[in-house]
This record gives sequence, C-alpha cells and structure tokens, in this order.
Amino acid sequence: MPDYIAWSPEKAVEVIGAEADKEGALMPILHALVRTFGWVPDEAVPLIAGILNLSRADVHGTLTFYHDFRRHPAPRHVVKLCQAEACQARGSVALTAHAEQKLGTKIDAHGHTHGAVSLEPIYCLGLCASGPNALVDGRPHARLTPDRFDALMAETVR
Amino acid sequence: MIRVFVPGDMCSVALGADEVCGALALEAAKRSMAIEIVRNGSRGLFPIEPLVEIETADGRIGYGPVFPEDVKALVEAGLFEGKPHAKCVGKPEELPFFKSQTRLTFARNGISDPLSFDDYVAHGGMKGLKRALELGPVAIVDEVFQSGLRGRGGAGFPTGIKWKTVAEAAGSKKYIVCNADEGDSGTFADRMVMEGDPFQLIEGMAIAGIAVGATMGYVYIRSEYPFAVTAMEQTILTARKRGLLGKGIGGGAYDFDMEVRMGAGAYVCGEETSLLESLEGKRGLVRAKPPLPAHKGLFGKPTVINNVLSLAAVPYILAEGFAAYRDYGMGRSRGTMPIQLAGNIKNGGLYETPFGVTLGEIVNVIGGGTDSGRPVRAVQVGGPLGAYFPPSLFDTPFDYEAFAAKDGLIGHAGVTVFDDTADMLKQARFAMEFCAVESCGKCTPCRIGSTRGVEVLDKIAAGEDAEANLVLIEDLCHTMKLGSLCALGGFTPYPVMSALTHFPEDFGRPKPQLEAAE
Ligand SMILES: Cc1cc2nc3c(=O)[nH]c(=O)nc-3n(C[C@H](O)[C@H](O)[C@H](O)COP(=O)(O)O)c2cc1C
Ligand code: SF4
Ligand code: FES
Ligand code: FES
Repeated sequence: MPDYIAWSPEKAVEVIGAEADKEGALMPILHALVRTFGWVPDEAVPLIAGILNLSRADVHGTLTFYHDFRRHPAPRHVVKLCQAEACQARGSVALTAHAEQKLGTKIDAHGHTHGAVSLEPIYCLGLCASGPNALVDGRPHARLTPDRFDALMAETVR
Repeated sequence: MIRVFVPGDMCSVALGADEVCGALALEAAKRSMAIEIVRNGSRGLFPIEPLVEIETADGRIGYGPVFPEDVKALVEAGLFEGKPHAKCVGKPEELPFFKSQTRLTFARNGISDPLSFDDYVAHGGMKGLKRALELGPVAIVDEVFQSGLRGRGGAGFPTGIKWKTVAEAAGSKKYIVCNADEGDSGTFADRMVMEGDPFQLIEGMAIAGIAVGATMGYVYIRSEYPFAVTAMEQTILTARKRGLLGKGIGGGAYDFDMEVRMGAGAYVCGEETSLLESLEGKRGLVRAKPPLPAHKGLFGKPTVINNVLSLAAVPYILAEGFAAYRDYGMGRSRGTMPIQLAGNIKNGGLYETPFGVTLGEIVNVIGGGTDSGRPVRAVQVGGPLGAYFPPSLFDTPFDYEAFAAKDGLIGHAGVTVFDDTADMLKQARFAMEFCAVESCGKCTPCRIGSTRGVEVLDKIAAGEDAEANLVLIEDLCHTMKLGSLCALGGFTPYPVMSALTHFPEDFGRPKPQLEAAE
C-alpha cells in the first residue's frame, strides 16, 4: 500500500503552496493532497479557498465532482476492477462476482469497506485486448482469472 | 553488450514485463553476461506480450509471450544469442499482423527507446518541425488542411479548419490543448503514443503552436494512465533540454512550452469544453457552444483542442508533405487510422491501416475472430457511445460516412468484439447505466433519462409489459438524442438502439428475418 501521512493542516498548507502558482491550480492541488494524505478532508476546503482566493463553494464543487478525490481516509488496499465493455466481453462480470464473494464486500465507487481491501469500479485502463484488468494499489494487472485474482489478493494483504 | 528490449508499456507490465526484466538480469548476472535492457513501447500485438527482443547482427529476434517463469529455460536455450525456441516469433516486423500495416503514426512505436531524444531523431523524429519552421504558420495550416486530416477524438472535424480559425482569432495568448482523456472502452492508441513515442506528440503540439501562434500547451491525461503521465513528464523535461520546447524551439524564432495535467476519473471530461473547465480547476460541466473553444477556449483564450492521434499525425504530414498522407484512405476519410482491436478477439492490439478496410476484415482476418473460439455475435465500434454491429453488417468499410450511414460511428476507432454468450439487453442496460454514472448533470434527458432507461430495461428483462416498455425505450432514446447538449446523452441511444434493432430477440421481440435466413 502507498505510504500516506496522517492529515495535518500545516503539511497541507505546504502541499497547496507548492502548486498554487500554476494556472488552474485547483486540480493539481487536489491530486497532490490525495498523493500525500490518501484523501482530502473537508477541512482542506477553507485552506485551499484561502490560498487560491476562491469561494469555498467553488472548491467544494470541484472536490466533489471527480471520482478520484477521496473524501474519507484511504482504505489499506484498493482494488479497482475494470467494469467497461471490452473487459465485459472477456469475463469481467463473472470476475467481479468472484471478487465480491472473496472479499466479502460489494463493488462500490465510494470505496466504503469493512475489510482491509476496498473494491472499486474503474471504467477502462486501456488494456482492453487483455482483460479482465485491475489496478491493485495502483499497479496494473491483466488477464485476471478467479485463481489469479485470489493469488494476487494473497500477496496484497499478506 | 547484448541489447535486450522488454516493453515498459502499461499492458506489458500488467502481464509481467517488470518481473521478466528482473529474471533476465538475474540470468545474465549468473552467466556474467553484460546486457542492456531497453524499455521500448509495445509493438501492439498483445497476445505475444511480454515480447522480449534480442538485437542480433541480423536484426531483432522476438520471443513471446514470455512470463517470468519462462525466462530461465529460455536463457538456457540461447535466448541471448537469438537461438530458436518454441516461443521465438522470429523478426517481429515479419509477422503478418505487422507486415500488413501502414504505420505512419506508429512507425517508431515498439522499436525506438521512447525516452531517448537521440533515438527519436535517429528514427526520423524532428523532421516535421524542421520543415514547419521553413514553411511558417500560414503554410503549415494549409499543409494540415490539404492532408485531409480529421480529428481522431471522435467527431472527425477537419484539423486544418480548426487550426485556421485559431490562427485567425485575435488574442494576446493562445493555447494548444491535447485531449488525452481516452475514456472510451476498447481504445488505447493515445496511451500507446504517450508511452511508446512521446516525443512525437510533443513535436506535433509544437508545430500546432507555431501554426496558430500559441506559446503554451497542456496535455490532459486521464488518471487511469499513470505510465503515460510519467512518460510525458519525463519527456517534456528532456525536450526542454534539447530545444524541442522552450525559447526558439528547433533553432527557429518561435517559443513553445507545455505541461502535463491529470484528469480525475470523469469520462465526461473527454468532451472538449468539459475538459477545458477541468483544466481551469472547475467541475467538468459541458459548456454550451458557441462560443467555440477556437474563439474562447482555455481561460477564455483562443484554443486548439485536439486528440492525441490528431496531433501525433502532424509530424509525419509536415515531414513527408500533405500528399503522402492524403493519398491513403477512401472518400472523405484520408490517411491512416490506428484501429484498436479489443475485447474477445484473438489478435488483440493496435493495427494502423488506411481507411477503407471492412469491419469483417478487421474482426475476422486481422483479428482472427474471437479469443474464446466461439462465433462473433456483436462488435461495438467507437466506445461506449458507439453502435453494436452484427456480423450481417461486416461489409461496412472503415470510413466516417459509411459508418454514419449504418447508424454507427467510428469514434476513436476502438473495435470491441463480443462472442455469442453476450446478452445484448444487458449491454444496452450498461450503456444507460454508464451514462447515468458519468453524466455531468446539466441536461435532464441525459441525467434523468438514463436512470429511467436502466429501470425500464430492467422491467423488460423481467418480462413486465415488454412491448409497451420497448416503445418507452425508443421514446426515451429519441428524447435523449434531441435534448442533450453533448454526445454523452446524445449518443447513448446508439448502443441502446443498435442492440434493440439488430438483436431484438434479446428483448423479447422476434428475431429479424434476414439473420434467421442465414
Ligand atoms: C462524452 C464525451 C467524451 C469524449 N471523450 C474524448 C476523449 O476521451 N478523447 C478525445 O480526444 N475526444 C473526446 N471527445 C471528443 C471531444 O469533445 C473533441 O471532439 C475532440 O477532443 C476534438 O479533437 P479532434 O478534433 O482532434 O478529434 C469526447 C466527446 C464527448 C461528448
Ligand atoms: S448530455 Fe449529459 S454529459 Fe452532456 S452536457 Fe448534458 S448532462 Fe452533461
Ligand atoms: S469517499 Fe466518496 S463518500 Fe466516502
Ligand atoms: S475495458 Fe477494461 S481495460 Fe479497457
């Protein structure tokens, strides 16, 4: 799993400051916060708004529009299973059912999980001739079968 | 020193290429052999990835697919000397899949070292920029116009006309924006350009900058493509050092620089105005047009926004002259198209060819039919907003107008094959569901209509009032088509209606006569 650091407003101000001079800095800032902390707490909104001289509503609007900006602490491990058509044609629906059963959780865009692994949908990784595909803690895996999925999980949560 | 090539391409890595490199290094070390591993792009035939190539006096010899556990035996059999083995494919460029292609945009992909500027130049890079500097802005735009190049992002708008509009727009500052959001399922050509030949995209953007008087560019890459982001970022740094970006690019009188920006998992941000909003740091809401981005684009300035493949085609057009490009193709579809063979297909991968090849040739001859070995049932062309084609339409030539005439679209040229286990009602349902998940929310037919579509299709699947509900779906599609601001809501009816038209038996309607007679 990636090394995130615990949320701290001081560190956040530093991260925001490092991107603030860019044109259209808000997206790079939100990405940088996720890279650093694994998520963007609502507390970050007034900090960003203050530094960029934007309204809180504007920052909140952007933060909540995009799937990538997690608003709860990151799960220990994230499995993103491709749900798009080319993977469907290669068996992703059955693989997803297997993964849900294996992990005891439903696939969920908001990454809410009770276990160590969060199972989330992703729509295409551009590996469409070799599906079903997944990103596991950010690393790509192709041609998954139920057996290969189980082996991957055994390595991941070890 | 033995040179070994192992793709660093995201798909090859997903299939184990990094572990293969580790195993190769270990086997070489055990034998005290000096090897240099080059992480090239993929040549684009994924059933043989990871493809390991050895440079020999007689050219490159390939082995594939090579998995980490195969490496020891392969090295013992003489892989480093290019000796025969069951996994040896010979010279990759001699394989029919590659030999029959016309690679203009993908000429270097899989061959050169993507991150080496010197290798780029050694393989013909920078010639387009050099000639562009000799021609000057007006003649560059004319060259692109004459080439017949049409936007490869989906809409097929003539690139030369777009550039001319921006060149003639008044403005102190102008932008070049490269659309690398590539959200369509079944497509990966943009990814392969960025990972496998990133300097070519930079050269194309720099030429666009000179042509229209823009000094700054952004490439907006989807976050699902981390390898492409890294490759572009590294290449931009090198390009600045080597004079392809910065002041006086290519030794001429023009300045141009660029940056990478990353998307955040929103399909709609591939729509050009939504993408511009996102670059500005806003929610990805689609803008009403006019004004066109060419007049008021990024931060209100005149902006060229083009797909990766459109911009990456430009260096060739400038280097070889417009006629060399224009002379390929059919009708109003000029040049070549990097077709992406995806889904349940035997020879999945990247196939660049002039327009005009039929869908049947693509699927059955080049693609070799399904990977499962079962009959082909349906082929979705053009991503989630593209129509499903039955085999009875396989004589349709790959051409913008010919596909439109069959109620379909080429889009970004993704061809996703399904075998006879596909349930077309489920595919129609998915199209509606995807639209509901990804809608930017601005138009009611798209936002609410798609959710309603899912519910109605569920009723049909459950056998509730099937005929009445089918009429409802047709009405809903009609409303979405007419009442949506962008093609997300406007084109979702394509997959839905094509599934219903060509595969009515999956919706509880009688099977069409034509297909029953076959
Ligand atoms: C919902 C939606 C998604 C789109 N996604 C992409 C995309 O991922 N990449 C792309 O180049 N164009 C995409 N487009 C098309 C763009 O709006 C635009 O036509 C294109 O970037 C123009 O560049 P081109 O002329 O070089 O094709 C999308 C359009 C819509 C409506
Ligand atoms: S059609 Fe859908 S995605 Fe497009 S502008 Fe309307 S609501 Fe947004
Ligand atoms: S992360 Fe989206 S609601 Fe929790
Ligand atoms: S559809 Fe799954 S990777 Fe493209």
